[in-house]
Amino acid sequence: MHQTWIILGATSSMARAMARRLAKDGATLLLCGRDMDDLSATASDCLARGATKTEALRFDARDRASFAPIIERATKEEGTINCAVFVGSMPEQSSIDADPALIDGVVQDSHIGPATFLSLLAPHLEERGQGTVVGVTSVAGDRGRIGNYVYGSAKAGFAIYLSGLRNRLTRAGGHVVTVKPGFVDTAMTWGIEGMFLVATPDAVAKDILKAVRKKKNVIYTPFFWRYIMLIIRHIPEFIFKKMSI
Amino acid sequence: MVWNKLTYTGWGRARSASGEVARPERQSTLARAVAETLAPAFGMRRSYGDVALNDGGKAYDITRLDRVLSFDAETGIVEVEAGMPIGDLGRAYASKGWIPPVMPGTGFATVGGCIANDVHGKNHHVKGSFGQHVTEITLVQSTKTRVITPRSGKLWKATVGGLGQTGVIAKAKIQLMPCKGDMMVLTERRISDLDDFLMAFDESKTDYTVGWIDATATGKHLGRGILEEGEITSGINKKGDGALEVPFNAPGWALSGPVVRVFNELYFRRVPTRGRTSVKPITDPFFPLDAIHNWNRLYGKRGFNQFQCVVPPERVDVLRKMLEKIGASHLASPLAVLKKMGPGRGGYMSFPMEGYTLAVDFPNREGSQELISELTDMAQDAGGRIYFAKDGVAEAAQVAGMYPDQGLWAETVNEADPSHALETDLVRRLNLRGKGA
Repeated sequence: MHQTWIILGATSSMARAMARRLAKDGATLLLCGRDMDDLSATASDCLARGATKTEALRFDARDRASFAPIIERATKEEGTINCAVFVGSMPEQSSIDADPALIDGVVQDSHIGPATFLSLLAPHLEERGQGTVVGVTSVAGDRGRIGNYVYGSAKAGFAIYLSGLRNRLTRAGGHVVTVKPGFVDTAMTWGIEGMFLVATPDAVAKDILKAVRKKKNVIYTPFFWRYIMLIIRHIPEFIFKKMSI
Repeated sequence: MVWNKLTYTGWGRARSASGEVARPERQSTLARAVAETLAPAFGMRRSYGDVALNDGGKAYDITRLDRVLSFDAETGIVEVEAGMPIGDLGRAYASKGWIPPVMPGTGFATVGGCIANDVHGKNHHVKGSFGQHVTEITLVQSTKTRVITPRSGKLWKATVGGLGQTGVIAKAKIQLMPCKGDMMVLTERRISDLDDFLMAFDESKTDYTVGWIDATATGKHLGRGILEEGEITSGINKKGDGALEVPFNAPGWALSGPVVRVFNELYFRRVPTRGRTSVKPITDPFFPLDAIHNWNRLYGKRGFNQFQCVVPPERVDVLRKMLEKIGASHLASPLAVLKKMGPGRGGYMSFPMEGYTLAVDFPNREGSQELISELTDMAQDAGGRIYFAKDGVAEAAQVAGMYPDQGLWAETVNEADPSHALETDLVRRLNLRGKGA
């Protein structure tokens, strides 16, 4: 069955790595984001690496009008339609503290935008009785920490949305994979101090595709973050509130 | 742009630099950053010495700009971002019947690095240098982005092989060459001494020819080794690449004199006396060491230096003296290469010239830098030159006169980069852009 993948936030390095791997398998790729020049570069690259068809499409998590044309374009393809969501934004927590109005954007980019898009897409997946949604959230969404709790809360909201969507799509033959990456070597983490056990974007992409094949529900990538977060989630609140990790 | 304070090295790890590094992931980010902060760029840092280092200054890591931007199936011209590894480009198109006409000894080298060092391959005597197959370069020079071609005159010649001194190389178009498939017929045979080698190079008719030389051999075995001759053939390699890894620094004795002598003896005898022919995936003979990731760790924490020179064809006597000196030093490693070069070169500062090129790795041990220094003097006296992509040892006076067009180059790059913001450690060490150049 021919696979079509909508990739939201395709300018991110994790998305690029995943697109390349999907290209190798001959998928059709709809690369969506705001920087059209950069998306076209990734589109040509994936075509060179074996994709059946690639297209760069405008997607802006803060502009609902950009959603429908992508879904319309995707439904023209025969076979299975899948969607991977890599969008999100993480301003410094200190900038947010200084200007709480920034919270709007973070929640829009990391939760409301992608959730709205997926809710528009879901009926088509149900109609076809197949298709996988990959939602990239973050270990930051597992517990609110002083360093990035606004970003964390937006990702946590998106994770709950994905859990519900999984509940819905599973009964229609579809599937949802929630991906919680730890530290990944991307533009977002470049130069941030205190990074450890940093994974390459390609290692994350490899994990994601393995999870898609095996129909996993929630994965941590690299895998050991499951255990790190298990510990962090179980620290009693009266201790956790005094910690700065 | 986010700057990350890093300590980084060249492939030989004998020299390191500390400074802030930015790693743009998009062309627009690179252009914006360079407009604000002009600094040299590096790729995979597969150059051995300090040509890609900027100690105490800033630098751009362009390895995230590694995409194919366009491909014309009629003409075989491909446009790529400068951070794309040349081996990836080879793998992407070989099965479609196209291949980069020139590939260096490692597939990890980026296209930007291949241009800036005007690299050569095992087919230099047939296809010339890498830069001769580049048809267009996008240079980011401070606030302006320029697209240059071979018709751009001085700026082109100062960019190809120009050590990144004319601007940050952001994209390039390369004329690929048609190929039958991605397999290679490889013939290996033993060569008993230097004269035998030189004769074999003269008689060789294959496109890809290179010699592994036993640099520990002395006396009547001086210059013995194995000649590898290859031709691309039809067939498609379906095997995935399972790479090995050197997980940690090897101890000091791993490449000591006696170990290397035994290794070289076995390596020489591996090829039967009557020779042998085999068909291999193209990447095996092209990039023999890429199968072992981080093989530079075999040299331990102190790293190693590679000496590579080329001497004019009539100066075989110097080549012989160099091999005698290297053999007597007991410092050579198993990695030594001899090759006959043609005249092909793409720019003012391109390394290739007609003659014989010798490359030998030396662990960074007592006496090795002095030995490299002596060999450098010998190359200079013989009218030859050393390869900047390898050097980490020479002094400014030792390279004077090696590159006849250096004055023209310096004039052009000083015009292109008047603030000298693109200088790297090697350019400063050898005073390449200075007065009297």
